Amino acid sequence: MSRYTSATPADRAEMLATIGVDSVAELFAQIPQSLRLDRPLSLPAGMSEAEVYERLAALAARNVDCEEQVCFLGAGMYDHYVPAIVDAITQRSEFLTPYTPYQPEISQGGLQAMFEFQTAMSELTALPVSNAGLYEGPSSVASAAYLAIGAGKGRRRFVVSRGVHPHSRETLATYSVGFDAEIEEVDLRDGLTDAATLAAAVDDETAAVFLQSPNFLGAIEDVEALGAAAKEHGALLVVAVDPMTLGVLEPPGEQGADIALGEGQPLGNRLDFGGPSFGFFCGTEELIRKMPGRIAGETDDVDGRRGFVLALQTREQHIRREKATHNICTAQALNALAATIHLAWLGREGFRELGELLVRRTAYARERLAAVAGVELLHEAPVAREFALRLAAPVDRVLERCAERGIAAGYPLGREYPEYENGLLVAITERRTREQIDALAEALGAAVAAEAVTA
Amino acid sequence: MNQQDEGVLTIFERSKPGRRAAVLPAAEVPEPPLEELIPAKLLRAEPPRLPEVAEPEIVRHYNRLSRRNFDLDSGFYPLGSCTMKHNPRLNERVAALPGHARLHPAQEPRRAQGALELMWLLQQSLAEICGLPHVSLQPSAGSHGELAGLLLTRAFHADRGEARTKVLAPDTSHGTNPASVTMAGYEIVKVATDERGGVEMDDLRAKVSEDVACLMLTNPNTLGLFDENITEIAALIHAVGGTLYYDGANLNAVMGHSRPGDMGFDIVHVNLHKSFSQPHGGGGPGAGPIAVSDRIEPFLPRPQVVRRESGNGSGPTYDLDRDRPKSIGRLRGFQGNFGVFVRSYAYILSLGGDGLAEASETAVLNANYLKARLAEGRAGKYLPVAFDRHCMHEFVLSGKPMKRELGIATLDLAKRLLDFDFHPPTVYFPLLVDEALMIEPTETETKESLDVFADAIEQILAEAEVDPDKARQSPHTTPVRRLDEVKATRKPVIRQALD
Amino acid sequence: MILSDANCPDELLYHDQHDWARLEGDEHAVFGITWYAQDSLGEVVFYDPPEVGAEIHKDASYAEVESVKAVSDVIAPLSGEIVEVNDELADSPEKINEDPYGEGWLVKVKLTAAAEADALLGAEEYRKLLENE
Repeated sequence: MSRYTSATPADRAEMLATIGVDSVAELFAQIPQSLRLDRPLSLPAGMSEAEVYERLAALAARNVDCEEQVCFLGAGMYDHYVPAIVDAITQRSEFLTPYTPYQPEISQGGLQAMFEFQTAMSELTALPVSNAGLYEGPSSVASAAYLAIGAGKGRRRFVVSRGVHPHSRETLATYSVGFDAEIEEVDLRDGLTDAATLAAAVDDETAAVFLQSPNFLGAIEDVEALGAAAKEHGALLVVAVDPMTLGVLEPPGEQGADIALGEGQPLGNRLDFGGPSFGFFCGTEELIRKMPGRIAGETDDVDGRRGFVLALQTREQHIRREKATHNICTAQALNALAATIHLAWLGREGFRELGELLVRRTAYARERLAAVAGVELLHEAPVAREFALRLAAPVDRVLERCAERGIAAGYPLGREYPEYENGLLVAITERRTREQIDALAEALGAAVAAEAVTA
Repeated sequence: MNQQDEGVLTIFERSKPGRRAAVLPAAEVPEPPLEELIPAKLLRAEPPRLPEVAEPEIVRHYNRLSRRNFDLDSGFYPLGSCTMKHNPRLNERVAALPGHARLHPAQEPRRAQGALELMWLLQQSLAEICGLPHVSLQPSAGSHGELAGLLLTRAFHADRGEARTKVLAPDTSHGTNPASVTMAGYEIVKVATDERGGVEMDDLRAKVSEDVACLMLTNPNTLGLFDENITEIAALIHAVGGTLYYDGANLNAVMGHSRPGDMGFDIVHVNLHKSFSQPHGGGGPGAGPIAVSDRIEPFLPRPQVVRRESGNGSGPTYDLDRDRPKSIGRLRGFQGNFGVFVRSYAYILSLGGDGLAEASETAVLNANYLKARLAEGRAGKYLPVAFDRHCMHEFVLSGKPMKRELGIATLDLAKRLLDFDFHPPTVYFPLLVDEALMIEPTETETKESLDVFADAIEQILAEAEVDPDKARQSPHTTPVRRLDEVKATRKPVIRQALD
Repeated sequence: MILSDANCPDELLYHDQHDWARLEGDEHAVFGITWYAQDSLGEVVFYDPPEVGAEIHKDASYAEVESVKAVSDVIAPLSGEIVEVNDELADSPEKINEDPYGEGWLVKVKLTAAAEADALLGAEEYRKLLENE
């Protein structure tokens, strides 16, 4: 018997008799002998639960996580506080273990949760249509590109600001090979997308324009102004946003976005070394039949009771097959539920207050750090919860010194933005206290001073 | 009215102005008006209309909602090609360890050695199970893996200076296959299925050409049957220089017994939320890692988790390798669904090599036993098996005689099963079989569980012989009965109106 | 299947993919899907008409009709240029089910090869085809 199975020799004998064979080997006879694996799998023998736990704990112990190190890392995923009720609810068997809700009569819990999620994300982005989630942020950007291609018109060009997350731009480039599409990137100037360059890049062959706000350097873009070029040429305006800032920042739906999407991790989800989280994807009413992913819809049953079903399924792969709006099947439903619970817990006032808290602490951190010798702001554009610095010493060395003091000081920009060598991206969450920010300022100052001397 | 029936209030409908759950930390820093920090025109005038509810109410709301769900921890899910096997709670416990759960994805590799080693060990395990040496864990689901495989195929051909346009897949393939084909910029060409349930070889021979980039298959196929022609199929596609792609949805039949790499496949995706026990979560998360052959390896996504032996006697280190000039690039942010990797790795450690082989063996045993039980009595008469041979881990029945003679369709049988506290099998797939019912019990069901299911089918058919309306109007005992899907799609209401 | 004559009006011409054509004069025709087609599809939830002015070709798909669980290609029985589309169907796609030969008409075309009509089936032949489905 392997773990979790129950077939005893007696069970097997009965079952084989009913089937009418002498051994299980006969059932495997349909596999040609030449394709049979003639040795056991070269894997360690199975272990007891206690041993598996120890093994996984030993691996965990070799990771420096946010309990051991004060984390100012961001770049799309943030060390927010997730309330305990999120775990308690998402760990319930009834939410953790069911399948996709293809049988709506016994899936009302999941379908209603999707409906609530869709409502919440629609509220956050101020766009009327939301799906029930995609995998995560960067691949959602690529999914928007696929929608733009499928919107007919035959256009195959994308214009993308370099303020969009590097992972999103790389993912878009990967997918675009399959779309046979061309990408033109627009540079940043003083931390923001250069409006003139953007306008010059957009033409009548452009299927979509991609912006991010706050952008990767933390700067809040003037999406409405930048988006005008897209409108003029009939291109879709796609805006990636940080959901945690939507309590205080103008939502993309009020800025002319056709599609608003992004990385959902800050809402209700752990860091988990990058996943699982979820991507959110919202659009205008016109785009409803082109939306990727599951969508829950409200309806009635035969007795007039209110209920929910998977709506508009003819968009999806299981019905539309090669003409589906997307190939997605399994998405990230449990992670979307976590987000909904977190948003309900924050509530209308709490969500706004949290946004205000982030902005104020970020302003404080930015001012403190800019005042440190050898540290200057990389740009002065308005920010919400993340900002970029330029150091007067090699950023890798500075980060190492800060790490030795128990602080992950931020995300080094140089690898993905060679023009910002020694650039550092610092992220703030409600868990980063004033004391921790002050300690960061001190550590950064000491590290830069030490490295500048030895440079 | 009892509380269960309280009506399906949404969390928004429970909202009362002024209520809240969250207490946030004090600012501790100066609190100027936001307009002093951010230009007013970039600020939001009104906060989003999230619900205003207190914490106890949130907990009650979602707990009550959860009880309107059927789930695997509570009952049987014989969904073909979904592999609804038990989800061990040990895996949840280890995934929640802060060292894994609170690790930032941009943490420097030297401070994430445990995570990178875990990923590397999982890669090695999947390589051994699949019989293909190089694994990327990046894809987030099976579909994502399929897209990856097709983009790898494209890169492989481009590297040879070729631009092929077609991908072949059987008419029985899962809908994600053709959808992925289109996303990768190829044209899908369907290949017929023969009377034994395998690929129709003459049709395949006629369609294979140097314009075919790839053939996508699953083996056993969606009929639960192992295609014994697989070696010849592989030879045919390789002879014209195409790649052979394995949809790993049915891997649960063959772990430790046969390996797709040995069958001749170049690229395999594995569904960690199927064979490797990641809970389905009502529609994800999952993961769809890919295993590839040597010739496809250069094109794998970036970054790739690698192990480096140190020169100086200290142990190996693990790293994210970005120096991959021929890589297709990224498919998503950061490293993939790491939390899913932790759970699947714990599962593999728990079972070990022998345990995995045994799991497959028991899956095949359970499926054949249930098939034999359903060949008896009324099930045998009204729900004949589509292909009369031993199946592997799943099998397909046809409800055509049932429809003709009892006047109830496969859909009605499925809905009536809900009243018996079962999740129905997969229905109306594969498209090849009329009124199809695809059944995969998995290895974690007891014999009694299978017997009770077979008995329920018998009972429903007996009932339909005298009172077909009972099934036609089912379900009767679920939280809601049949829902008006036409209304939902004609005039979609996909969010709460808050005006 | 028992078919009454109302299911295949005699005055129409039929395509074997279950589409009908009503000739209007020498140069125009109206197209739609047959009773059998709408019955197989189930309740229609959505119809996205082609643009006026579009060229459509005999035997090729020119539009799609959607039910909850399926999408069907609509095949052009004859070639022509679209001069009118049935806008009512945007709000009331169910007319395709309720009155497939009348209010459920899909497009009106100006024919580009009227002789193609010779290849279509008459009502009797179409009924025979259905008996064998």
